[in-house]
Amino acid sequence: MQKMIETIDLTFKYKNEDGKEDLCALNKINLTINKGEFVAIIGPNGSGKSTLAKHMNALLLPSSGKMFVKGMDTAKEENLWNIRQSAGMVFQNPDNQIVATIVEEDVAFGPENLGIPPKEIRKRVDDCLKAVNMEEFKKNAPHLLSGGQKQRVAIAGILAMKPECIILDEPTAMLDPSGRREVIDTIKKLNREEGITIVLITHYMEEAVDADRVIVMENGNIVLSGTPKEVFQRVKELKNIGLDVPQMTELAYELRKEGIDVAADTLTIDEMVVQLCQ
Amino acid sequence: MPIKVDNITYIYMKGTPFESKALDKVSLDIEDGEFIGLIGHTGSGKSTLVQHINGLLKPTSGKIYIDGVDITGKDVNLKAIRQKVGLVFQYPEHQLFEETIYKDVAFGPKNLEFDENTIDSRVRKALKMVGLDYEESKIKSPFDLSGGQRRRVAIAGVLAMDPKVLILDEPTAGLDPKGRDSILSEIKLLHDKYGKTIILVSHSMEDVAKLVDRIIVMNEGKCVLTGTPREVFKEADTLINIGLGIPQVTMLARKLRQKGINIRDDVLTVQEAKREIIKYLRGKKHD
Repeated sequence: MQKMIETIDLTFKYKNEDGKEDLCALNKINLTINKGEFVAIIGPNGSGKSTLAKHMNALLLPSSGKMFVKGMDTAKEENLWNIRQSAGMVFQNPDNQIVATIVEEDVAFGPENLGIPPKEIRKRVDDCLKAVNMEEFKKNAPHLLSGGQKQRVAIAGILAMKPECIILDEPTAMLDPSGRREVIDTIKKLNREEGITIVLITHYMEEAVDADRVIVMENGNIVLSGTPKEVFQRVKELKNIGLDVPQMTELAYELRKEGIDVAADTLTIDEMVVQLCQ
Repeated sequence: MPIKVDNITYIYMKGTPFESKALDKVSLDIEDGEFIGLIGHTGSGKSTLVQHINGLLKPTSGKIYIDGVDITGKDVNLKAIRQKVGLVFQYPEHQLFEETIYKDVAFGPKNLEFDENTIDSRVRKALKMVGLDYEESKIKSPFDLSGGQRRRVAIAGVLAMDPKVLILDEPTAGLDPKGRDSILSEIKLLHDKYGKTIILVSHSMEDVAKLVDRIIVMNEGKCVLTGTPREVFKEADTLINIGLGIPQVTMLARKLRQKGINIRDDVLTVQEAKREIIKYLRGKKHD
């Protein structure tokens, strides 16, 4: 399996206000994400999730240790363009990411800067808007779209650069439930149908349930890693870190405490219904 | 200080091609000391409604009475209304600007031209309500705080005006689960201990189910449902039709009932679901 992202003892320190003390945001992280994987990263605020994400497209460089994207060392400046093209990033606030006044022009911004021929750009813009289900809005003004629609335009803008990996840093934090569903469905589709590697940082446990692998961070360390079923059944540990578990997993945990035989790794309503109807 | 919204309609950008009706003949009453959850998807008119209640918008037609006073009239003192009805916007921490936490919280009462002692006691009280340290507030900049703490400063700034009614628009957006829970329990305290009337605008059905006395559901500019969380979440079909969800445990109870399992259809929390399921399973054993 080809490695998309690999870190070796990745450490990042930043200075506090008086510029003296080093604060360790990432502490010797070793992590491999394979091509085509869908990985969710969860953790409380300040645990290092976003710092890690920013290393994945060389917005931040390691204080020590290594970060490789498709085998390219992010610390080498000559790799920068290739890294950013391979690993695209989507941020929390869609309003900060949209640059043009018309949807299709915004999506074209990336490929234009890569010097792609106009005919090819046209094709990419149409394809990418289709992939995020926004083709009917291509002539619209982005500021009149809903939050979920804007975020999908931002994703199309990244897709137009043909990345192999997309890193999303809390892409649904500012959206309402239906906008959140639109964005998550889009991400899942890109992973499944286009084989794009997805790294999703989120505070919503329900979104992490669909990932191939969940990584839990705390104080700059990876403290848990595994399939959603493996990770979420550790209810007590997650709660201690200050995280939630999906409501059905919590219910299963509570029922098990009373000696009722349901699986500790129950994640969804349907799984719970099946077990209780036996 | 009761609030009465009487048949209000609000039309955005009237007379332009973008004209749209954001509120359509909305009527509702909010009593003193109620804890209201206001839900509805984006564009349902929630924010437009709360902006009317604090006099930021004037209805195209209809009346709003606060404490018996019609605030839609011409000569009404809006400044006085806004002191009584405090509005905390989404991401309120973006509105912080002062050098210290203290100065930021004091900005409101200072503009009301209170004397130093009154300002100080207002700030002290407001900081206490949201669990921030008074001494530290004088030396620390709000910009050195974490997101959740900064949001507390912004809420304290509104509380320093000593409002009777506090409206919070998505106060937990963007916070991690821990930050979310602690802000919500402080809001609950503002209601339970300090007797504020609270209007909480939220997208989280689970949070609303746990906290509020009464839910108001908005859709397409209309108030479509109102009642206790139990009454409202029983109307699962209506809620799902208008693009809202119900709490996961409520959905579970519903699905179990569809399979012929006889448990209450109005469970709202994990603990209630647990009790109901145990009751059902133990009952089954005795059959």
